[in-house]
Amino acid sequence: MTPTLAANYTLWGRIWRYGLLTIIALVFIFPVIFMLVSSLKPDLQLLRDTQSFRAFLPVGDISLDNYFAAFRRAPVALFVMNSILVTSITVIAALFLGSLAAFSFTFLNWRGRDLVFSLVLATLIIPFETIAIPLLLLVNKLPMITPSGFTIGWLNSYHVQIVPWIADGLTIFLFVQFFKDLPKDLIEAARLDGANWFQIYWMVIMPISGPVLATAAILKFLAMYNQYLWPLMVTQSEQYRPVMIGLQYFFQLNVAWGEVMAYLSLITVPVLVFYLVLQRAFISSIASTGLKG
Amino acid sequence: MAQPAHIVKLERQNLAGWLMAAPAFVLLFMFLMLPFLLGFVFSLTDQRLVSPNPTQFVGLSNFAQLLGADTLVLAPERDASGAVVKDETGAPSYPSLRDYTRDRDAWPQYYGMKELFAFNWGDSRIEVLVRDLVFARALLNTFAFVIVVAPVQGGLALLLALLINQKLRGINVFRTIYFMPVVISIVVVALLWRFIYDGRDGLLNTLLGFLSFGLFRPVDWLGQPSTALWSILGMSAWQGVGFHMVIWLSGLQTIPASLYEAASIDGATTWQKFRFVTWPGLRNTAVLVLIVITMQAFSLFPQVDVMTQGGPLDSTQSVVYQAVQRGYVKQDIATGSAISVILFVIVLSISLFQRWLTRERHA
Repeated sequence: MTPTLAANYTLWGRIWRYGLLTIIALVFIFPVIFMLVSSLKPDLQLLRDTQSFRAFLPVGDISLDNYFAAFRRAPVALFVMNSILVTSITVIAALFLGSLAAFSFTFLNWRGRDLVFSLVLATLIIPFETIAIPLLLLVNKLPMITPSGFTIGWLNSYHVQIVPWIADGLTIFLFVQFFKDLPKDLIEAARLDGANWFQIYWMVIMPISGPVLATAAILKFLAMYNQYLWPLMVTQSEQYRPVMIGLQYFFQLNVAWGEVMAYLSLITVPVLVFYLVLQRAFISSIASTGLKG
Repeated sequence: MAQPAHIVKLERQNLAGWLMAAPAFVLLFMFLMLPFLLGFVFSLTDQRLVSPNPTQFVGLSNFAQLLGADTLVLAPERDASGAVVKDETGAPSYPSLRDYTRDRDAWPQYYGMKELFAFNWGDSRIEVLVRDLVFARALLNTFAFVIVVAPVQGGLALLLALLINQKLRGINVFRTIYFMPVVISIVVVALLWRFIYDGRDGLLNTLLGFLSFGLFRPVDWLGQPSTALWSILGMSAWQGVGFHMVIWLSGLQTIPASLYEAASIDGATTWQKFRFVTWPGLRNTAVLVLIVITMQAFSLFPQVDVMTQGGPLDSTQSVVYQAVQRGYVKQDIATGSAISVILFVIVLSISLFQRWLTRERHA
């Protein structure tokens, strides 16, 4: 993977290189180890252990009590379910509508296409933080059909966390970048066979779009799962809160740090495992966002 | 920017094209472009979330209130003979600032302003006054970050990228580890780092005490104005440096190996190879990394919200934190929107600046 010469380092050259790499690695690993180890310790011991390197060792009074206590303190399972629901629906809808639009921008010729595509690209430089407040006012005025009738205002719901996030410029852009390098004969051939455009999209293009689907899915997943500002603003009732906002439960009156660590571990470990399994795909996905310039 | 690939045939496919692009475009319009335009409109009004009075158009006064700044030169007080009056320590004494900022009739232009900072120029004292002290602090914090921290953080990421770019067995394990914090939520990271920065038994104090054989006096990293902002930025760097490293890595991989071979044949040292082969090839990547870090600095919010709430003494205020405080917590939609517009203008300028810096590539 490297442009460096095929260097044959001497023994000492190897030792100091690995030594340096390892010391830096410890800087990145230690806070995470601290979290996992602390989640197993009673509060008093946890706080005492920060005075020494015991902070990084699973020693002393080790148990899963903090995890049980965390589940008793807050509706943890509910928060996890909410996060899974909101994240998975948004990711799937975003991939579908994003790729569909990108297909249209890349392969179809229609009036206004270039203008619309430029507008989509222009949205890439709008940071979400700059529209959060007007968006909040807007969703607060939107109509909604419930089993009990027609109401106004989307706050405190699942769809307020999902719908505004489905379409995004980055996903469309990633798909367009991938589609424009595909051979055009594929489409020509399918057209000659009498396929309509949706069939071509669904049966010709999507089956060969694995890499870009993975990239877009990983980016959307991370963005949605780790979201903070928006759910903080739109979920006042605990029924719809995702895991990141559920954290507030652990900071009322007496903070039980062991439980906080247990909760943090619980919501972080699945992402870390997911990352370690798919690390190559994760790293190249995130690198691709940096290159959108 | 990429353009859509050329059309397959010259026939128009209006209906299919519109149908397929419309769902995503309508959603983008509704939930991104429309609120963006609304933000501009709100910023020119006195809109509040709940108000007994109808909303009115107020022009640019929200911006004048946020960005209003002025300087005031205070001449030292002189006694009857014209000599400068000095206090016990030998410093000249100046008229009170309040005489200017509280006197609406004599000094309307300074009325209600507060001191951002002041410095001495010869015998005179120059006061830099602002209308909105907290927002000015937030802007200054961000600019301090851009000027001081972004190059350092980008440099660290480059060092990591050069380390990872070596041919060593198992190097991908290290790459995976350095990148790991990027996938962890910043909220989780911020909570963990409260333990690291704790003033009494924080892990950082413990470590520094250990390394200095107990000589280091514990510091309350997040509790004092002189260290709080830097602590938050240090933590953000820990979380983000892996991301910037990966951008550098992809830049490094565009440099052809033949250049390094040629340099070796010419007898170049490692430093010369970096200086004359690697660095010139990384110019556009360098711009990109700095821009990415800068953009992240402007969106500094969760860290501040979780760790310091802008304190102590406004030392960790950020532009987005202020936008949320005013627009959401205090329900002053107009001011919150005006801050958002200012943020957008800054981000847009940075994007255009990036385009300009990397322009040869598009030629």
